[in-house]
Amino acid sequence: MASNSSSSTAQQRLRIIAGHLQKRPEDENASVAAQECKAEAPRSEPSSATPVPRRRQEIMKWNGWGYSDSRFLFTKKGQAEFTGKRYRLSGLILPSLKDWFEGTFGANLQHRSPATPSLNLSAVAPPNLNQPFVEDLKAAGLVVSHDPEDRVFRAHGHCLHEVFALREGRIGRVPDMVVWPSCHSDVEKIVELACKHNVCLIPYGGGTSVSSALECPREETRSIVSLDTSQMSNIHLKDVFIMRCTAVTLTLHIVSLTAGSETLHKASTPLCLSRNTFPVRLLNEHGYCTGHEPDSMEFSSLGGWVATRASGMKKNIYGNIEDLVVHIKMVTPRGVIEKSCLGPRMSTGPDIHHFILGSEGTLGVVTEVTLKIRPLPEYQKYGSVVFPNFQQGVACLREVARQRCAPASIRLMDNEQFQFGHALKPQVSSMFTSFLDGLKKFYITKFKGFDPQHLCVATLLFEGDRGKVLQHEKQVYDIAAKFGGLAAGEDNGQRGYMLTFVIAYLRDLGMDYYVIGESFETSVPWDRVLDLCRNVKERIVRECKERGVQFPPLPLSRVTQTYDAGACVYFYFAFNYRGLNDPVHVYEQVEHAAREEILANGGSLSHHHGVGKLRKEWMKESVSGVGLGMLKSVKEYVDPQNIFGNRNLL
Amino acid sequence: MASRALYSPRHPVLKKRDDFEDVLEERRRSSDLRYALRCYTPTLYKGLVPCKASMLKTIVLQSDHLQYVIKQVSSESGDSTECVAEEASLILDEMAHRLQLSTIRFFAFTLSKAFKRLFRSVCVNEEGIQRLQQAVQEHPVVLLPSHRSYMDFLMMSYLLYMYDLPLPVIAAGMDFMSMKFVGEMLRMSGAFFIRRSFGGDKLYWAVFSEYVKTMLRNGYAPVEFFLEGTRSRTCKSLTPKTGLLNIVMEPFFKGALFDVNLVPVSISYERILEESLYARELLGVPKPKESTSGLLKARRVLSEDYGSMHVYFGHPVSLRSLAEGKINRSQYNLLPRYIPQKPRVDTHEFLNDAAFRLVRIQEENMVLKPWVLIATLLLQNPDGLELSFLTEQTDWLRHLALAFGAFLDWPDHEACSEVISCSLALHRHLLSVSAGHVQLNVTDAPQVETTPEEAVFHRAVVVLSCASYRNQILHVFLRPALLAVAMQSANSNRKDDVYNCFNFLRNMFSNEFILCPGDSIQDFEEACYLLMKHGVLQVLEHEIVMSASGHSTLAFLCSVLDPFLQGYQVVCRYLCEETNENLTEKDFIPAVRSFALKLILAGRLKCCEALSSDLQKNALAALLRLKAVRKVKVGDQVTLKVNKIAVNSLEDTLGKSNVNQNSWCSSMAMLK
Repeated sequence: MASNSSSSTAQQRLRIIAGHLQKRPEDENASVAAQECKAEAPRSEPSSATPVPRRRQEIMKWNGWGYSDSRFLFTKKGQAEFTGKRYRLSGLILPSLKDWFEGTFGANLQHRSPATPSLNLSAVAPPNLNQPFVEDLKAAGLVVSHDPEDRVFRAHGHCLHEVFALREGRIGRVPDMVVWPSCHSDVEKIVELACKHNVCLIPYGGGTSVSSALECPREETRSIVSLDTSQMSNIHLKDVFIMRCTAVTLTLHIVSLTAGSETLHKASTPLCLSRNTFPVRLLNEHGYCTGHEPDSMEFSSLGGWVATRASGMKKNIYGNIEDLVVHIKMVTPRGVIEKSCLGPRMSTGPDIHHFILGSEGTLGVVTEVTLKIRPLPEYQKYGSVVFPNFQQGVACLREVARQRCAPASIRLMDNEQFQFGHALKPQVSSMFTSFLDGLKKFYITKFKGFDPQHLCVATLLFEGDRGKVLQHEKQVYDIAAKFGGLAAGEDNGQRGYMLTFVIAYLRDLGMDYYVIGESFETSVPWDRVLDLCRNVKERIVRECKERGVQFPPLPLSRVTQTYDAGACVYFYFAFNYRGLNDPVHVYEQVEHAAREEILANGGSLSHHHGVGKLRKEWMKESVSGVGLGMLKSVKEYVDPQNIFGNRNLL
Repeated sequence: MASRALYSPRHPVLKKRDDFEDVLEERRRSSDLRYALRCYTPTLYKGLVPCKASMLKTIVLQSDHLQYVIKQVSSESGDSTECVAEEASLILDEMAHRLQLSTIRFFAFTLSKAFKRLFRSVCVNEEGIQRLQQAVQEHPVVLLPSHRSYMDFLMMSYLLYMYDLPLPVIAAGMDFMSMKFVGEMLRMSGAFFIRRSFGGDKLYWAVFSEYVKTMLRNGYAPVEFFLEGTRSRTCKSLTPKTGLLNIVMEPFFKGALFDVNLVPVSISYERILEESLYARELLGVPKPKESTSGLLKARRVLSEDYGSMHVYFGHPVSLRSLAEGKINRSQYNLLPRYIPQKPRVDTHEFLNDAAFRLVRIQEENMVLKPWVLIATLLLQNPDGLELSFLTEQTDWLRHLALAFGAFLDWPDHEACSEVISCSLALHRHLLSVSAGHVQLNVTDAPQVETTPEEAVFHRAVVVLSCASYRNQILHVFLRPALLAVAMQSANSNRKDDVYNCFNFLRNMFSNEFILCPGDSIQDFEEACYLLMKHGVLQVLEHEIVMSASGHSTLAFLCSVLDPFLQGYQVVCRYLCEETNENLTEKDFIPAVRSFALKLILAGRLKCCEALSSDLQKNALAALLRLKAVRKVKVGDQVTLKVNKIAVNSLEDTLGKSNVNQNSWCSSMAMLK
């Protein structure tokens, strides 16, 4: 947040809190009130609140990431540009991207691999409809569609193989129909009918999955219905109440599945992208935030966050999704599952929320989630630290974690990723800025003797009271100094975060020029972070070579979250596939090998992307046979007919 | 699986080997001094963190692993941690190398001089050097030379210096260190010293293993050690030890290294410096303690001609591909990696398997000189041969060896007789040539009056010296020879009968020769394949039939194993006939030796090789393994309890192989 807007929001927030405090005596039975609201809730909010249109393809790409109007391209002059008006980077020229791109991948702007321009409708198989089911749905007044475009849009997530196939115009098995419930009772109806007519339901939220979770199982012979939760967005602000335990822990009741976005305009925040999306904006207007900001947050849905055990970049302050959730309501073939109260912690056997969190759409549809909310931070500040090498950087992050003084976000990019980030520097407007940049570079590389091929950068984001932020900042920079780190300014920090939001758009650019890539992640104990990063990168390089990739691949790593006991490591991996017959297969083999390497080096199967179908084969190894059996028996009890038949996870 | 492919039996003729360059040629032409002082800029490991010896010491002492063990030892023994840490520091001082370039230059100069006196040529495969140069940059390297002579590690360091490769740090036995000055010199040329046995000493093991791992992890220098653990006195490869191998592999298992390149190096000598020394040692004269004065006395060896020497750097074996599918590295996920863990059963199996395969690579790349063939023939004919017949036979054997894939260094453009006379000249001290009759020097009348025992002893020295050359080629003939003996002793020609016999013999001899555990079927098939290819056998679906022309080959192969069959029988017979209840392990060797000596003096045993303590030890190990003998600890002594029935039946089975085979020998004699 820019400081100019923060003072007004802060005042607003104070007003609200004051209001709550006045009301406080009447709030004695707040939870009862909340229950009542829920009962009458579903359709009470104005319908204009729905943020995402049913026909998403009208504003979003059918074969790539994000909005149709926003994309990277190389102009005739060979300069990279980001089109559209939505983002801070939009309309800007990125002068160094071309050289980086060609130099790193051995790509050439003359060698293009364009995508099929539009969906070939005849390639989509006709729907296999269960007529009685369709009729019952229609009788219940639900909106359905079996338009091929709608179905194709919901047949995939954003795994490389999925997007690659779309770009080539290859369409596999797609859902036979799409249904849009608009409230909890709609969902109950749909699930009931699905059980009655034995059709397969696949819940669809934001469609940002990277684990093949949305792929229709090939072996499924029943009619597959995509259950699109986008029209259920509904946020109840009038029910804001203060939990009595502390004055600042606010619980907001949100009946919503999509935290997606509708109104998009260039944000006043210093961040490149508009984060001012609909429910978030509404919350912000009232002076609150959830604090959950996964990199896909523009598009991903609240239900999806719950179903995949999502993690947000500011988890150090706000926690991951499992820490944020107070209450969940889910419709399953067996009925509705929920807890009876909003108690902050319960000792009632294993937490039933943990059957739902990470269930990946195999058990039911999440219809309501109560999240904790927090007052908007008064002040936000980016920062960055340059380290002479990755080892020192990791040691510093570990120390920060040990002292438990991690800022809202702290990430360590390796050298390659730092250089990547640099390639995204927009054209500088003044001679002075470029002179300053030159000076900084000189200071770090010549004066301080950092090797430009080894140095790496930690990006920081502080949030909170202004005074505390400054104090906190000093503490972190002091620790960094002990590990040879030099403060490197806000700009570098910001650009680091920008990278994670535009990376998916950049992948589409790469794919126009024979470059394919993807990201994957893991979590690992501190003492293995370095070894894991090095071994996985080397494994990628070796596998690519053995599989005939003609150009050196680019593996990047980033320590992206810190915990007491370890860290989350994020990898990007891309290569130029010219000369390969089946690049996607090669890619998949390499990613498979990389995952094996991760597991062999003490990393987890996934930190937050989930298992889906992509990583299913390692589940048993990851959680033991008994563990898998437990999960299977829950599935068997909740959904004996396998109505939620996306075959993820188990 | 990649590693399987690496060792799958190949067509022997297709085995591609590199050419050799004589490195002494250049030395003979230019100044040794200038050579020793030349600019030395070795290729380095890409991830190298340069560090001094003192720095290395700090890293080792501060390591989590060592700190953990220090605390553990301190709480067990009650000593303060400072005290234990001090002890660890002393151990490290005793052990650590202090590689110094000046010492290397000194060695470069003196060794150039020495090698030129000793050897006609020192041949190295330069392609192997190039591969090593590549390997050194990619991943930490472990050099695994064969060990036949003290010369081995001097030569290794000398060659690496010559080719601008980083100098290795070498695990050497502590006995060297007691050599004043020389120990220090070796230390400064990169040797680090380890006690020969430190079984129970946790702290020593921790310091040692951490020291090796630190060097490896930092890519500081290649680590060099001998898989066989000690010099082979018989020139047969020894059963590999896995302790050090485990240490160098562990950083990979635990993810601290992406990969390790294991480079087997085969060093072969046309004439071994320690030749008669070894023979004496095998006959019970203990090895002289290494001392500087001893080394000076050894100066006289400088005046002798030791022919040529071959060093073959094998293809680097990637530990990662070797372990693929065999080691589940995630087994180490649940404990902090600095906590020492005993290798699990499957890890142990892998280590063993890998060690055997590496030794087999060493064997395969060992260069064999013509003399090896001649020695083999002379040993089979103790009464000597006519020179012309010897020439003919050697030529025949040469072709057989080549067909079986031997790496033979036979001069291309010289006549066979020329080559043979050359070899005979080099080894003239082992044989006598008179009037075209060549014979081992066994009947050479000694100048002074000797007892019959001394005469036998004298003969045995020559036989064992000669055997050490024959042994070099055993690995080529071993599998076909086992099959040949099995064919003779099997009750029928049925394939499974023959296989059972083969398996029995293979099992019996697996302490004697390098036979990878679990490769029985593979070995059998390899033997069948080779003999079939050579037209000796026909392998039908259920039967193995000898071809008409196969007699001489089979007879030859049988007699290759004959000394071992006889030797093992002697050991068995001794255990059945002579032992009382209280035979201690210590007394075993001398007792068997005197038993064998008695048999020889009585004329009941011709084979002198039964006197070899190496053979006796191996036989005992086999019997222990087969549970025909077991060890019982009584007080502080270990006694051997013999299951006479079991030993007897083993002896019978061996005897059957041998008796039949004897008849084969006579039939061959008749053919001649």
